[in-house]
Amino acid sequence: MEQKALFEYVLRMADDSLILGQRLGEWCGHGPILEEDIALTNISLDLIGQSISLFDLAAALQGEGKTHDDLAFLRFENQYKNVLLVEQPNGDFAMTILRQFFFDAFRKPFYEALCKSPITQLAAIAEKSLKETRYHLKHTSEWVIRMGDGTEESHARAQAAIDHLWRYTHELFYEDAIDAELQASAQVPSLKAIETSWLETVKAVFAEATLEIPANNWKFDGGRQGRHSEHMGYLLAELQYMQRAYPNMQW
Amino acid sequence: MSNSTWPLWEVFIRSKQGLNHKHVGSLRAPDATLALENARDVYTRRSEGISIWVVESANIHATDIDEVDSFFEPSDTKIYRHPTFYEVPDGVKHM
Amino acid sequence: MTLAEQEKRFQEKIDNEIKIEPNDWMPDAYRQTLIRQISQHAHSEVVGMLPEGNWITRAPNLRRKAVLLAKVQDEAGHGLYLYSAIETLGADREQTIDDLHSGKAKYSSIFNYPALTWADIGAIGWLVDGAAIMNQVALCRTSYGPYARAMVKICKEESFHQRQGYESLMVLCKGTPAQKAMAQDALNRFWWPALMMFGPNDAESTHSEQSMNWKIKRFTNDELRQSFVDATVAQAELLGLTIPDANLRWNEERGHYDFSEINWDEFWQVVKGNGPCNKERIEARVKAKENGLWVREAANAYAKKRAMKKSA
Ligand SMILES: [Fe+2]
Ligand SMILES: [Fe+2]
Ligand SMILES: [Fe+2]
Repeated sequence: MEQKALFEYVLRMADDSLILGQRLGEWCGHGPILEEDIALTNISLDLIGQSISLFDLAAALQGEGKTHDDLAFLRFENQYKNVLLVEQPNGDFAMTILRQFFFDAFRKPFYEALCKSPITQLAAIAEKSLKETRYHLKHTSEWVIRMGDGTEESHARAQAAIDHLWRYTHELFYEDAIDAELQASAQVPSLKAIETSWLETVKAVFAEATLEIPANNWKFDGGRQGRHSEHMGYLLAELQYMQRAYPNMQW
Repeated sequence: MSNSTWPLWEVFIRSKQGLNHKHVGSLRAPDATLALENARDVYTRRSEGISIWVVESANIHATDIDEVDSFFEPSDTKIYRHPTFYEVPDGVKHM
Repeated sequence: MTLAEQEKRFQEKIDNEIKIEPNDWMPDAYRQTLIRQISQHAHSEVVGMLPEGNWITRAPNLRRKAVLLAKVQDEAGHGLYLYSAIETLGADREQTIDDLHSGKAKYSSIFNYPALTWADIGAIGWLVDGAAIMNQVALCRTSYGPYARAMVKICKEESFHQRQGYESLMVLCKGTPAQKAMAQDALNRFWWPALMMFGPNDAESTHSEQSMNWKIKRFTNDELRQSFVDATVAQAELLGLTIPDANLRWNEERGHYDFSEINWDEFWQVVKGNGPCNKERIEARVKAKENGLWVREAANAYAKKRAMKKSA
């Protein structure tokens, strides 16, 4: 039973990484300046790399002989369990960076805690990913600060991105029976403490950036249960195109 | 410089412990923090470095090309600064 | 020193294989030729990200997706190394980019052809990067120091580009009939544009002779094109693919492959902006620059504020 819960848990992490990596990949060749184009692609590459390790682990836990590609490419939309935040469209650079910042600020303390998991494969992935995530958070924080405390226009764009994305951030800390089961046996960390740490990071960076947490605290979720936004279908149409059009082939 | 043009930075990388930082190229960045981050992504994608220096190009001072002769030629004739200037008998060891 | 003496000293350096460095005296025409050639090369790297970048979101598996991301990212890096070389000549990177966007500066016309199928990604790596490497290896010994050093770095990184493309086509050629047909179709479409990458025939090439004397170029367009054909025929055979040229055959006497004449009308049309994707490519780059304007301004404004706070 615990195996099943763990499979679901790892799949959620893998989907977060995959879908966000896919989104960032759309920037490649279109960044605001060449140097930042390269930086966004690096983050995308790290996330795709993390998703491969996580899908491998998920496939092993599932025990049906599937590969990471089977899991990444051959599920129906409602079987993807990523949070809504990561599937949101890139928008402008502010939207992309804020989306990434909110995610990194969650992933860093999450991985720090997950490093202590008794599930050694998961702890190992967390440890490797933590180094990458620390860097992502540093980079996105730098940019949030520059946009917030830059020009009038950049400030307005950053604040607009925050106002729009805020509703999706709560879901990062979504917990259900799967989490409860794994937390009961101390396999994975509680997300409560991680939410506190996340909020501290957000407040500190926003203070330096002269940006504000929105007054409207309306929250969305659904991704963890497979209920996605309209954007997800299009994202999957591209992601899955080759595997669906040419089934059962090697590439 | 227009408001949207970032200044130029020269990038120096130490490829491993025990070696000097070496000039590898330049890039554009708005400030030192992002210059370092950009340098990491542009110049160390294949583990080429363990330490990075960035210097704003405007802060580099170079010898004047018209003074090359007066700067460097005098040392060409001071061959006594090189060990090969001195003859030592064949039997002498560890020198 | 008179101008004539300076020119003589300069040419002596070139003849003696002494590299020219940024602050050295150089004829103005040498500087202008380099700026034109290196910026054209830099633009090609960056515009070249677009056809392949199209396929990042559609890559057929995660390994290929990561490889393609890393490959296209490398091209951005190559663009940067080259822009960095241009700046040592006193040219302004953004100005050269504006010249690209206005149509004044050129880039390799191969990137005006569309990448229509996944096999095109393999074909681009194999043929387009292959042809580029042929050019770039020769340029590692070019007479201008910063350009030569950028080329050395680029060549080191390029070798994975061609190999991943070839490997990817090999998988298709060993796969299903649909996959093999996809690979053949990609070769059919990319073969001639790849040969065009070496530029006009030597007789038609306006800049060639002076560039050879200055050792900016080390081999002529036709020499490089011939080396490319000679190297590629066997690679195609190994894949089991047919090069779309009925006249392609080994010439014992010359010790080279003979091949058909390139469709030069098409070549010049694409150079002049009438290729299948010229408009889209430039539009995409212009859009990236325009959309990035406020980002670059914001970072500068922030840096200024910080500097002021520090000195206050
Ligand atoms: Fe290239
Ligand atoms: Fe390249
Ligand atoms: Fe390449």
